[in-house]
Amino acid sequence: MPELSPRVGLFVTCLVDMFRPSVGFAAVKLLEDAGCTVEVPEAQTCCGQPAYNSGDTANARALALNVIAAFKGFAHVVVPSGSCGGMMVKHYPELFEPGTTDHEEALDLSRRTHELTSFLTRVMKVEKVEAEFPARATYHDSCSGLRELGIRNEPRKLLASVEGVSLREMTDSEVCCGFGGTFCVKYPGISDKMLEKKLRHIEATGADTLIAGDLGCLMNMAGKLKRVGSAIKVRHVAEVLAGDYGTPPIAEAE
Amino acid sequence: MDLGAANFKDNVGKALADDKLQHAMTETGPRFVYKRTKAREALPEFDRLRDQARDIKDHVLDHLDIYLEKYEAKVKETGGHVHWAETPDDARAAVLEICRKANARMVTKGKSMISEEIDLNQYLEANGITPVETDLGEYIIQLRNERPSHIIAPAVHLTRDQVEADFRRVHTHLDPKRDLTEIPSLVEEARGVLRQKYLTADIGITGANFLIAETGTSIIVTNEGNGDLTQTLPKVHIVLASIEKLVPTLEDATTILRVLARSATGQDFSNYTTFSTGGRRPGDLDGPIEYHVILLDNGRANVLGTEFQDMLRCIRCGACLNHCPVYNAVGGHAYGWVYPGPIGSVITPALIGIENAKHLPNASTFCGRCEEVCPMRIPIPKMLRHWREKEFERHLQPTSMRWGLGFWAWMAKRPKLYRKATALAARVLANQAHGKGRLKKVPLASGWTEFRDLPAPQGKTFHQLWKERRP
Ligand code: SF4
Repeated sequence: MPELSPRVGLFVTCLVDMFRPSVGFAAVKLLEDAGCTVEVPEAQTCCGQPAYNSGDTANARALALNVIAAFKGFAHVVVPSGSCGGMMVKHYPELFEPGTTDHEEALDLSRRTHELTSFLTRVMKVEKVEAEFPARATYHDSCSGLRELGIRNEPRKLLASVEGVSLREMTDSEVCCGFGGTFCVKYPGISDKMLEKKLRHIEATGADTLIAGDLGCLMNMAGKLKRVGSAIKVRHVAEVLAGDYGTPPIAEAE
Repeated sequence: MDLGAANFKDNVGKALADDKLQHAMTETGPRFVYKRTKAREALPEFDRLRDQARDIKDHVLDHLDIYLEKYEAKVKETGGHVHWAETPDDARAAVLEICRKANARMVTKGKSMISEEIDLNQYLEANGITPVETDLGEYIIQLRNERPSHIIAPAVHLTRDQVEADFRRVHTHLDPKRDLTEIPSLVEEARGVLRQKYLTADIGITGANFLIAETGTSIIVTNEGNGDLTQTLPKVHIVLASIEKLVPTLEDATTILRVLARSATGQDFSNYTTFSTGGRRPGDLDGPIEYHVILLDNGRANVLGTEFQDMLRCIRCGACLNHCPVYNAVGGHAYGWVYPGPIGSVITPALIGIENAKHLPNASTFCGRCEEVCPMRIPIPKMLRHWREKEFERHLQPTSMRWGLGFWAWMAKRPKLYRKATALAARVLANQAHGKGRLKKVPLASGWTEFRDLPAPQGKTFHQLWKERRP
């Protein structure tokens, strides 16, 4: 049995905060529907991954400590992103010397932190969501969620319970879309080549909606789909699970 | 040493615009991936074998000095010679000396990445000795005067018609009507030419997949059998190997062999696995009279005991290349030096200096597929990140990137300020999108907007809305 109304801290992520708050609200709805009490600590900013992946360990540590402090005392910390989630779960403990208090606290946060769909299914034992969303959809597995956190069936299982959603798998759904954080602006040509391949696989499914669990990858794929004039709609998994079809898809007009 | 790795960005531009290369890469990449998946599924203990393989190499690397000594003693016992080479210069000089003593005019060569690392062919030619590559892929790139673009499939960047054109250019004896449209006919043609070379070569040079400490044996695996002819027909056999090829026992080698071919080509075993222990013994009917091993360090010993040590577990199976979306997008030559792909981006900075290979560790999305498939469980993304740390420490990254990220981190450490800045940025960008939901151009963001639109922010930030809705 899952705990009764656990106190959950939502780590919003920079991209959701700035570009697509609707994903954050969808996450809040899903968590509350599952019986959680949700809070959003004010002091949170970024998980520090851009610094970490650029070799700037000092700033990565500072930002990690900020997140650790902001989420003290929550039973669980939930993140609507496998990438920021992977940073907090897998990489925070690597940032600090074992045996130090910071390391202990990083480990403690790591144990309490979950990506949204895996939290709903694994911790809250959610079997299905009450939602409706008309979509012939295909799902892209974002790299960090898949390979750092082992998330694969969780979003698919929940999506299958949404009324109106039918899922069709694309070839190579687990191959990177070419986002990679700063990679996509440092090496736009390579990123674009990777995107082209991804788009071919998405289009081959005949899906009208592309879903994934990370806003970075979604913005990358949506940006390309719209640039080439595709009608495929792009959505974060939380929005679909929350039945939020009123909000325009990513990169589309109001 | 050519420093093509420093020109990564230019190399990438060319590679992306090269239709033939792009065609060749989309043909073969997926095939390797499919075959490895099948091979893994067919062997339930595959992942357990990977753990064992990793542990074997970790053990060797922790005691490398002991195993090297043991190995050297064993090679001597079996009548062979060991030559220590700290640098490529040393290795080349050792090869030349052996060639001179044997009055060699022509050497046949099996596939060897160490030969590439020390640029042996050029050197031999400059000294009046003709090297002949006998692995089909290597033979093709020798005709083209190129480097291999893949560790195990050197000519994977070429289409069949390019190879046919090369054959017709160089094999002037070819009847123009001879049909070379199928790969087997190309193989047949190359074999015909090589047969004579095997017989006339004075020396055969091969690489080594493993060196066995307990027996002094070197092992090569091939699919064409060319390595066997290369090393058994001439009077002298030279093995070129780097120091980390060592494993303690034959048993250890066979454990690792079980994951090698499966990871590389999806075969259970390569067609030929050849063990060489010393030269011809009294009573042997054939085999080389002299057996030499040249052991190259070239910076590897410096890697021992550092955060990069794990890279030395690599058995050069090529799986990380085959599964890498970046490698598959640009091909191997873009990496600009001997070892391409994910593991190449870890090794190259160690061997030629990070300042000469600055882009390589950065040209990765950290998607993690390389680590996922590596039979030796090398944490490649982590090693790449370590190189980025070195670059950061030494200020080797572009200033704009450094300042941009530094400024952003400075803000992110100040939540109140960060809130205001993000709210402002979200509003400005949303306004600029004029309700279209996306932007085609954004100042300072051409890296993004060159190929894709930027999805516009919804207007207010989550934190603003949260305050409004849940005061
Ligand atoms: S790093 Fe691993 S996957 Fe890549 S070539 Fe070496 S052993 Fe194979």
